[in-house]
Amino acid sequence: MADTAQPRPMDAHIHDPASRRDFLIIAASTLTGIGAAITVWPLIDSMEPAKDTLALSTIEVDLAPVQLGQRLTVKWRGKPVFIDHRTPEEIKAADSVDVASLRDPQPDSARVKKAEWLILVGVCTHLGCVPLGQKSTDPRGDYGGWFCPCHGSQYDTSGRIRQGPAPKNLEVPAYEFASDGKVKIG
Amino acid sequence: MAAPRSQSKIVRWIDHRLPVFTFMEHELNEYPTPRNLSYWWNFGSLSGIMLVIMIVTGIFLAMQYTPHVNYAFDSVERIMRDVNYGWLMRYLHMNGASFFFILVYIHLFRGLFYGSYKAPRELLWMLGVVILLLMMATAFMGYVLPWGQMSFWGATVITNLFSAIPGVGQDIVTWLWGGFAVDNPTLNRFYSLHYLLPFIIVAVVGLHLIALHQHGSGNPLGIDSKGPQDSIPFHPYYTVKDMFGLGVFLIVYAAFVFYMPNALGDPQNYVQANPLQTPPEIVPEWYFLPFYAMLRSVPDILFVQAKLAGVIAMFSSIFVLFFLPWLDTSRVRSAHFRPVYKWVFWLLLLDVIMLGWVGAHRPDLPAFHIFGHPITYISIGQIGTLYYFFHFLVLFPLIGWFERPLPLPTSIAATVMPKGGGPLAGAARPMEKH
Amino acid sequence: MRRLTLALLGAALVAFPVVAQQQQKQQAPEAAQQSSPQAESEPTLPKHAWSFDGPFGTYDRASVQRGFQIYSEVCSQCHSMNLLHYRDLGPNGPGGGVGYSEEEVKAIAATPFINGKQVTDGPNDQGEMFQRPGRPYDKFISPFDNPEQAAATYGAVPPDLSLIIKARAGGPDYVYALLTGYKDPPPGFKLGPGNMNYDEYFPGHQIAMPPPLTDDRVTYQDGTKATIDQEARDITNFLAWASEPTMEERKRTGVKVLIFLLFMTGVLYAAKRKIWLDVH
Repeated sequence: MADTAQPRPMDAHIHDPASRRDFLIIAASTLTGIGAAITVWPLIDSMEPAKDTLALSTIEVDLAPVQLGQRLTVKWRGKPVFIDHRTPEEIKAADSVDVASLRDPQPDSARVKKAEWLILVGVCTHLGCVPLGQKSTDPRGDYGGWFCPCHGSQYDTSGRIRQGPAPKNLEVPAYEFASDGKVKIG
Repeated sequence: MAAPRSQSKIVRWIDHRLPVFTFMEHELNEYPTPRNLSYWWNFGSLSGIMLVIMIVTGIFLAMQYTPHVNYAFDSVERIMRDVNYGWLMRYLHMNGASFFFILVYIHLFRGLFYGSYKAPRELLWMLGVVILLLMMATAFMGYVLPWGQMSFWGATVITNLFSAIPGVGQDIVTWLWGGFAVDNPTLNRFYSLHYLLPFIIVAVVGLHLIALHQHGSGNPLGIDSKGPQDSIPFHPYYTVKDMFGLGVFLIVYAAFVFYMPNALGDPQNYVQANPLQTPPEIVPEWYFLPFYAMLRSVPDILFVQAKLAGVIAMFSSIFVLFFLPWLDTSRVRSAHFRPVYKWVFWLLLLDVIMLGWVGAHRPDLPAFHIFGHPITYISIGQIGTLYYFFHFLVLFPLIGWFERPLPLPTSIAATVMPKGGGPLAGAARPMEKH
Repeated sequence: MRRLTLALLGAALVAFPVVAQQQQKQQAPEAAQQSSPQAESEPTLPKHAWSFDGPFGTYDRASVQRGFQIYSEVCSQCHSMNLLHYRDLGPNGPGGGVGYSEEEVKAIAATPFINGKQVTDGPNDQGEMFQRPGRPYDKFISPFDNPEQAAATYGAVPPDLSLIIKARAGGPDYVYALLTGYKDPPPGFKLGPGNMNYDEYFPGHQIAMPPPLTDDRVTYQDGTKATIDQEARDITNFLAWASEPTMEERKRTGVKVLIFLLFMTGVLYAAKRKIWLDVH
């Protein structure tokens, strides 16, 4: 159709019908692709936690009923949270450990905001069982903390791993003390 | 079978073992399509895309829905309120069902007008009717899932119809329900089947496309392709035309989803199902209305009770479609060349719309008055139902025999190309034999 | 032929939604017609302008908050709203809530509605269920434990109001008309037994609910004068929000989607014409 034998000036391609057609095709294809991507996004986003799940992602716990030496279990994000109102003896025991000798070295001060309140996620860092020690009748292991019956991991009064197969200390969740004697977890 | 032009080693490695690329090359670039297809030929691909939209939105909704009578209604509202974009997926799926039927009905009527069901496309047409039946079953069960008043009572009315079957009817109904009324077992099995059926539809659509590709698409003139000058490759011509048609369709669809999402639905379904209280009117979704009208119009006939007669009429109205290729005796496909049939086609369309209008109202009420005499919906429905069967069982064969069709053009190219396709291109030729 | 087809399609596209809307609006009077076929012609539903009407509609948050106050002090005596949670009113609620802050939501949750009920929680460590004030993630506390209790107390079951605007033909116009439609029965109309009330727009005209609104029934916190009309508007606005809190997000997204689609379809049309040049 077009005479291609003759060389054409540099800007002729803008008015070249074939080139304009390619541009339209590229534009059309790009827009369709963008449209497809825009359509996919809401579907993927719908799998994120919904508003009702997020509403339970923060809980408030009233600490007033937890006596000195008592331990309370609450449910947070589907998991147990241990709240321990520590006695001075327990705090001293936690402080007097040589941090460097720990499998997961952490001083007790790094794991509490107020020394008398120890708040931990009650899930063993080995394979996910719930350690015993919350009830007064439970075994607490040799270190006064918690004992996991599944594979024998033992945690101390700061929730740090001392013996057994667990690799890390019990997780400390994000929390904040409110002025009214409550703690907000999560 | 052409090898893919791509020099890519990966493409050739795959294609040698599973010829997807050769297949795509053939179907897109080589597959001959008549050059004169109008926009009425867009509705097949639009229906296919709608099927994909329904499956995708359905799968994501299924991630959040609970199929138990105590939780179903609330789980749908949780989707509407708490799930990110849940309202969008729900409205897309809900309105998508309506639009799927709009597209398929237009596609079906296109077939009626242009003789798409005639030889050699009989099986293609019958597979289409199978798809329509599967769609209706899927839609019926899907509507039960939100567990609103219409969900429950519509399910109750329609499943109760099977008790009209003499002898075993009630046992069949009990078996369908999994109990003594529509209840949790019913909801659960409807959920399971509603999830399954769309994939069976996909399989039948595959067969539908294979049957189509055997002889290629029909065209508005209804005459066979005479050679390469009558065809163009599917890609890029019809790919871009289909994409443009998709864009237009999506605009209408989006207008409903975002601005009139409940216009096609019934407010009663926003009330939780109550087995002890029937709503003032039980009305199915609009796409079932013509069939609902037929069901309720038929009176006692001879020794057959009205309930059973109505059920038979309703199912027959779809089964009669299977036999169209043989009921229509005309040798001419396209209604453009069939002056009598053309008008009769519009009568059928009006009849179906009228039946739809009848189905939305209580049968015993008067629709209007003539000289003080009330004309009830049921009587209009009876006329409409009679005409429907008359159209297919009587008019179809008779018109084919007695009609004098207009002379057919010689070829597609002759009609489309300005300079014609040859010296004798414009001359009228005697009717083609098929 | 082509032009005729296009014209018909265009007409159908325009007529279809108009007819669909008309169908919805007309369903209320038709339902009334059916229960008393010999009655005089039913009053048509008066239509009002609502802030959430139209493609750019939004909820009037000040009105919605006043409406919530009415629900809390009047309607919640008998009507539950089981699909709403207290957190829905705040910034993390669907559609962004009605303008209360998280602190206000906590206070609202902890304050009982007029029915005085609390949340039943438990079992506790002793295995007992106990009562406690609401928290943001709780559902709106229902005035009755189950529908049977409601029927026993009131004779009829007051419907849950979470979706009432979408569950009635005529939507907000119907609810507003019903609330302002109480009047003396016309001469010759016999009210049924059990303290029925005559309402102009309720199907059958007999409603078990006594007129819930009077002038100054509540004292609005923002100082607005509480006439029956104002109260009816406000509670309707609140119920409309409650029926579909994500409506504004839906309409906003719709604008973006439609603009994109119009643009994309235009480009596709140009591409189609260009590609088809050598065929036509």
